[in-house]
Amino acid sequence: MQKDFLEHGLNSNRRRFLSRLSLGLGSAALGSLLVPDLFSGDSSDSGLTPGIPHFAPKAKRVIYLFQNGAPSQLELFDYKPRLREMMGQDLPSSIRGNQRLTGMTANQTAFPMVGSFANFQQHGESRNWISDLLPYTSKVVDDICVIRSMHTEAINHDPALTFFQTGAQQGNRPSMGSWLSYGLGSENKNLPSFTVLLSRGKGNSQGVYSKLWSSGFLESIHQGVQFSSGDDPVLYLKDPDGMNKYERRKFLDQVSQLNQLSYEQFGDPEISTKIQQYEMAYRMQTAVPEIMDLSKEPDDIIKLYGTDAMTPGTFAANCLLARKLSENGVRFVQLYHQGWDHHGNLPNEIASQAKDVDQASAALITDLKQRGLLDETLVIWGGEFGRTNYSQGKWSAENYGRDHHPRCFSIWMAGGGIKPGISYGETDEFGYNVVKDPVHVHDFQATILNRLGLNHEKLIYKHLGRRYRLTDVSGKVINDILV
Amino acid sequence: MKKRIYYFLFLLISVLYTVQSCNYIGDAQSSEEQIPDQVSYNFDIRPIFSDKCFACHGPDANKRQAGLRLDNEESAFKALKENPSAHALVSGKPQLSEVFMRISSKDTSILMPPPSSNLKLNSREIDLIEKWISQGAKYETHWSFTRPKKSPLPKVKNAKWAKNEIDHFTLSKMEQKNLEPNKEADKEYLLKRLSLDLTGLPPSIAMMNQFMADNTPGAYEKAVDQLLKSPAYGEKMALHWLDVARYADSHGFQDDSYRSAWPWRDWVINSFNTNLSYDQFITLQLAGDLIPNATKEQILATGFNRNHKITEEGGVVDEEYRVQYVIDRTNTFSKALIGVTLECAQCHDHKYDPFSQKEYYQLYAFFNNVKEVGISSTIGGPETYAKNPMIQISNDEVKNILKFINKQDTNKLIVSVMGDRDTLRKTYILKRGAYDAPGKEVEAGTPKSILAFDNNLPKNRLGLSKWLFDKRNPLTSRVFVNQLWQEIFGRGIVKTAGDMGMQGELPSHPELLDWLAVDFMEHGWDIKRLVKQMVSSATYRQSAVISKEKLKVDPENVFLSRAPRYRIKAELVRDLVLSSSGLLVKTIGGPSVKPYQPSGLWETASSGRGVLRVYRQDHGADLYRRGMYTFVKRTVPPPVMGIFDASNRDQCEIVRLKTNTPLQALIMMNDPTVIEASRVLASKIDVEPLKIQDKVIKAFRLIVCRKPTENEVKILSQYYNDQLITFKKEQSRADKLLAIGEYPNPEKMNKFSVAAMMQVITALYNLEETITRS
Repeated sequence: MQKDFLEHGLNSNRRRFLSRLSLGLGSAALGSLLVPDLFSGDSSDSGLTPGIPHFAPKAKRVIYLFQNGAPSQLELFDYKPRLREMMGQDLPSSIRGNQRLTGMTANQTAFPMVGSFANFQQHGESRNWISDLLPYTSKVVDDICVIRSMHTEAINHDPALTFFQTGAQQGNRPSMGSWLSYGLGSENKNLPSFTVLLSRGKGNSQGVYSKLWSSGFLESIHQGVQFSSGDDPVLYLKDPDGMNKYERRKFLDQVSQLNQLSYEQFGDPEISTKIQQYEMAYRMQTAVPEIMDLSKEPDDIIKLYGTDAMTPGTFAANCLLARKLSENGVRFVQLYHQGWDHHGNLPNEIASQAKDVDQASAALITDLKQRGLLDETLVIWGGEFGRTNYSQGKWSAENYGRDHHPRCFSIWMAGGGIKPGISYGETDEFGYNVVKDPVHVHDFQATILNRLGLNHEKLIYKHLGRRYRLTDVSGKVINDILV
Repeated sequence: MKKRIYYFLFLLISVLYTVQSCNYIGDAQSSEEQIPDQVSYNFDIRPIFSDKCFACHGPDANKRQAGLRLDNEESAFKALKENPSAHALVSGKPQLSEVFMRISSKDTSILMPPPSSNLKLNSREIDLIEKWISQGAKYETHWSFTRPKKSPLPKVKNAKWAKNEIDHFTLSKMEQKNLEPNKEADKEYLLKRLSLDLTGLPPSIAMMNQFMADNTPGAYEKAVDQLLKSPAYGEKMALHWLDVARYADSHGFQDDSYRSAWPWRDWVINSFNTNLSYDQFITLQLAGDLIPNATKEQILATGFNRNHKITEEGGVVDEEYRVQYVIDRTNTFSKALIGVTLECAQCHDHKYDPFSQKEYYQLYAFFNNVKEVGISSTIGGPETYAKNPMIQISNDEVKNILKFINKQDTNKLIVSVMGDRDTLRKTYILKRGAYDAPGKEVEAGTPKSILAFDNNLPKNRLGLSKWLFDKRNPLTSRVFVNQLWQEIFGRGIVKTAGDMGMQGELPSHPELLDWLAVDFMEHGWDIKRLVKQMVSSATYRQSAVISKEKLKVDPENVFLSRAPRYRIKAELVRDLVLSSSGLLVKTIGGPSVKPYQPSGLWETASSGRGVLRVYRQDHGADLYRRGMYTFVKRTVPPPVMGIFDASNRDQCEIVRLKTNTPLQALIMMNDPTVIEASRVLASKIDVEPLKIQDKVIKAFRLIVCRKPTENEVKILSQYYNDQLITFKKEQSRADKLLAIGEYPNPEKMNKFSVAAMMQVITALYNLEETITRS
């Protein structure tokens, strides 16, 4: 009985003034509830009507599995048998060139090259080389595009992460998800368009922080909303102990009624917006816990992602959640998995990290595919830079470490209009420099925006006299990897 | 000949173009506005040129196309380099002016701006340029780079409305736009507004009663004076300055460990409360350490320039970060104190404003001589809480000379401050802004287009502050007056308060801004006087009611024919809740505090290193301090503040956005701070010997700061009664609600009536009007 009332939702008072409010608002206004500036922003500048892309998009949504701390490409995706042969030899300075080094290895007298302890095999029809550390990923190799020629400008975590997320190493700029929220708006009126999920492996960690999903100079509605495990999945979502849904509804009716009186007195449209925002908050209170509840997922799905998926806060659980959020129209789901910063003890740590993420990453691809969603969902896997081909500190064939390396690293992308089963770009036999088809971070960002129907040179926001872009002042779409 | 064909072509299709432009989305509103009789370069043409043309035909020599420069009168009239028989501008003759031919062409191969730039002129902009050329194509110096003048007060029809000079300027604009000012706001609204604007706190009931009862002509002024004397005034004024100064309690990068900069904040609050003049306030912050025989207080003030982020990430390249700090100071100086976006000239000549890259590094040179390094320590113990140069503040000093510092323990206290090297560090132009690409060496200097640096001044920060407060400096006073206007009227006279350059918005009331700027200088840069001037105006005292007509004609209230109505700042939302419930602990200054925060935010975001890896929530009095004292860890700033648009203190911020979102609604409904305040106030009101209605009225007055209407009392009393019945039926819910928050409940209480009143009070906190300045 009580449930009926809740679903029916409106008592007569409330229905009266809400219907008055909604006069003249078509369904278009619904989409703007959560992103209120969707139809009011100054868009003349960008040639962009927010909420409507520049051209027909291939992808509608993004799931970004960020591997925080920078996984070594040499143990996972970039097969360099030569390095094993040259084990312990000093990296020729002709190869190292004028690459600046971090303070952690700048004073090293020698740069002994070390080959991967892990073996590589070719997989699938694409015959792509993938490390034995990633058995599940190897099975979906024909669905992904491995880019081996990524390069960046930063050599330390904070600036490199910030660069990947915002297109600039410094400065208070909007995150990629915020740009998409700004450019495309929300697909779901009960959920934020940019959500963030965090997890941590056992390897050496670097922090992630809410600054990374900040909306910068864009309105705060575009900032990433962190969803966490536990009983308050979104900050302040949960009613206080002692409050229930029924009473919350009653409470909102009082507040709305009083706010309506205030609107009649002042005529300020912000007051009606406020009333709508309270309604949106109320809907979120129902919608978010429903999404977060993984207990109703069938056994085969749990099996697919691995039993870790039953433990809230793990990478596997977050991958499954990401699928649900994305399926429900969340534009950008950003995962961060910490623990990839392997300056020492790399073989042990990377093996355990790889085990943490391999099955669920591949499962996400399989799951999206079986639901027919992979075509419209762009999935990205990768870190903020690569790792050196030489050892940091002492080394043996079984134990070594690798420092930060900006000149080459590997990531993969899948679905959402990216060619499946290919690899792109090459590094030299030392795995130190890109020799073919380099992909700069801005190129990568331009390509993502392109898949979502956005021209990275036109997705702009004018702030303090300057037109800002996610790709700053460079970036070109990597056409060769597009479907 | 070719040109003539284009012209005919243009005539032929201009009709089509006009039709088409009507459909051009986003253009409609601006196109409707009429073309003025006399087109002004500064107000009509330069904004178009700057936004759409200067990127390729402006000050940046490296990006200049076809040798054409439109920002400079002399070169704009020269024969074109590529075609010496043609001219970009021919005075009086648009058809002979290549500028007009190109912008109006339908041939995309010659159209300007070229389609590839993604820029486009609308028909109104093209018409304006045509008319401007017809009228002689007269250039003017950019408005903010000429010295402000006090123009005579404009003549107005309704002169008796004016209470001071400000009103003449605003009324004159209103009369031009056929707008009438709103009538004066009711006293209750007025007092709430005044109290929030001057102290950031709602008025007490005693103050409301006193003000309502005082019908003498000086009642309003009395209230103003009383509020200006309150120590909370300094706190309120400091709030904006902390954003400007990017103040925070952590170093800002990666592991983001603790920093002890709060004594500097105590200094700022004290300076506002003792009404230190603006020129002194800034001079001490810029160059207190360089004043001969500088006192400890003067040196402490220079902490301003050390509030930027400092890395503690092992492995970074030292020089890269040291340069970053100097850049941060240079950019902060430009944005905060002279209101220009000089930072654009860090990598290349400025694209819009007449600042060369060389000038950027000349200004940079003033801040490049600090005895500092890029990374002095990684995360560690108390010795890392400040970075060299630093001062130590002893308990003796706090007792005797630095009495404004709220130091409550005997621990060593260190604060980062400024201090220059004995030998001058050389400054070079950094190519593309890169720390490792030095170019030509430069000497300290200031942008010529603003005011050339007087060679008699010392080439250090002290000299720079003399330059800043030189009466001939066109920007300093305008910039501060505008920022203060923004803090009191919700938006600056120049809306882009951080940018008065060519890409910034034009002032809505240029004569008013100039009048105030000159007046401010003439009266010794007296800040309290300026505040009082603003809040005493009839413009300020209008009601905030928005009629349908005004909403249509002036939705943004640019012409100030009503009082602005906006949601108060993040910190003040907290202050209002704590203050109205009686929980607020009014202690001023001291180290930042850690009130309730959802668990796990710092922990999940941490690498596990450093003293700030775990959020150790405070207890007791520290739970109830003003919002400005909430601990700001830069990489994970307090979520409530961020959701209400507070700065994350990453860099200098002059304007906060004002958003209205569902996450804000969730905070007001569910944050334990609000629930606890409701509980504590409810338990107090519950035992007062009053009828239900009067209890509701009391709570309403405390929180909304006015007497409720009958209808409001009725709705809330009914809600109270409903809740009372419900709680009696569902006792355990009452128990749970009454257990929220650490503040103890009274030993004896009627939990049903307290819980019911608590719901009423939470509803009051959730009213739009409560957290709105109206």
